[in-house]
Amino acid sequence: MNLWNRLMCYSRRRSPWLFHMNGGSCNGCDIELIASLTPRYDAEQLGVRLEGSPRHADILCITGPITHNAVNPIKTVYDQVCGPKAVVAIGSCPATTNVFIDSRTLAGPLNLHIPVDVFVPGCPPRPDAIIQGVAKAAEILAERAAKKLPVEPVVMPLVGPGCGGACGCTAADKSGAKEAQP
Amino acid sequence: MSYKIPMGPYHPALEEPYKLDMICEGERVSDAKLHIGFNFRGIEHLAETRNYIQVIALMERVCGICSNIHTLTLCQAMEQLTGQEPPPRALYIRVVMAELERLHSHVLWAGIAAKLMGFKTMFMTCFEIREKVMDVLQAISGNRVNYSMNRIGGVNRDIDDPLAVLAMVEQLEREMVRTVIPIFTTSTTARMRCAGIGVLTHEKAISCGVVGPAARASGVPQDLRRAAPYAAYSELEFDVPVEKDGDVRARLLVRALEIMESCRILRQALAKMPSGEFHTGEGKIVFSTGTATSRVEAPRGEVMYSVSWKENSRNPSRVHVRTPTFANMPAIRWMVIGARLADTPLIQASIDPCYSCTDR
Repeated sequence: MNLWNRLMCYSRRRSPWLFHMNGGSCNGCDIELIASLTPRYDAEQLGVRLEGSPRHADILCITGPITHNAVNPIKTVYDQVCGPKAVVAIGSCPATTNVFIDSRTLAGPLNLHIPVDVFVPGCPPRPDAIIQGVAKAAEILAERAAKKLPVEPVVMPLVGPGCGGACGCTAADKSGAKEAQP
Repeated sequence: MSYKIPMGPYHPALEEPYKLDMICEGERVSDAKLHIGFNFRGIEHLAETRNYIQVIALMERVCGICSNIHTLTLCQAMEQLTGQEPPPRALYIRVVMAELERLHSHVLWAGIAAKLMGFKTMFMTCFEIREKVMDVLQAISGNRVNYSMNRIGGVNRDIDDPLAVLAMVEQLEREMVRTVIPIFTTSTTARMRCAGIGVLTHEKAISCGVVGPAARASGVPQDLRRAAPYAAYSELEFDVPVEKDGDVRARLLVRALEIMESCRILRQALAKMPSGEFHTGEGKIVFSTGTATSRVEAPRGEVMYSVSWKENSRNPSRVHVRTPTFANMPAIRWMVIGARLADTPLIQASIDPCYSCTDR
């Protein structure tokens, strides 16, 4: 790897730009994501910035249990994010659909539709946990830029209904599921 | 020639997914149409499959900003059906939680309004102060967002040391008086950006049936804490701020004054808190057949729950929710007609919409 590529990997790790998408969330995680960017928690010290356009973003942050209305927009936005990219699922909802399990208007969990790199569990997760998840995603992004990982994340197989690999089961581990522990 | 500008459903200026179609003549908006339903999780149907303990946890997740209000309203309705009377200390703890939630919701709204005005410094200041409200909430309940404080016949956790919380609230009030309130009420930037836009006249406010701060900013002196007191509000003194102008600035002023009134209510409630039990105990809860309704003044306006139950059933047979944004939504159309396109994000945000409550 030449100097230019090494510099690019370093920059990617130090300045991940986020695009936030609400897939039917209750606003709890969305507000905590914004709170993690504001002075008390100050994720901006990691170079994190909330970006208005998916085409400028590196990390896609998705909240909510993924309603049927949100599936196609999420796929579109995922395709619009330029590679290398990483996906962070914030909260328990995108991982398992949380208390809304069995609802017929939901198409979750999120990893049925797009590949997810980091799950940040919690209802809602604390801003510290969200920052940790984003930092982890930034590392994955840098590895992906260095071609150590495939450019596109790998879709994880589902084990059991609604498991989503978020429970840390072995089949998901083999396919490279990563989980943030708050 | 008129043209249509769709805003949303996934748009950086919107916190939540919804769609605003605006018909524009040049820079001016001549008509607007609102589409919602992107957040529909079918909670009302799910509530029918959950028992009386699970339904509280489920309804808490209707909205992440006013989660306490939803469980408070639901528990009040269920208390009517079970005949459980919460003890006086529980009522005061409920008031404290509701007012702290109003504080954090109004400061959050102020931050988002400041961001939409292009006043980023103020956005950061508001969120810094909001973190201090969250500290108080966390000190009481242990959680930052879903507090799970309410239960049938009282609250789940006691406030062990009301005077320590009182000291935190007084500190909070000093910070509000020093920064947020003067900037929003006297700053030229805020005044020039908000005055005279998004006007909702008194007549229109009544005919649209708007509730909460949006109604009070149009000169409708309507507040359930005063009109139909619940919890311990009948024993507390407070004013209901009303403004006549009906523009975005009036809504900003009403919320700023409500922040001060909330601090006043909190000081009284924490000082007067009676001793004793804070819930009715672990006895068996028996529901009677019937429908109970309960109304509560949420930060955004009136929330109404209607809960139906059949005797010997574990699950409610129907839980119906009416949220303040549902009442305020039609008013957005009358606010944006004639407004400049650049002002519409601020105007639609001025009713403090919460579509995840409305869609459920």
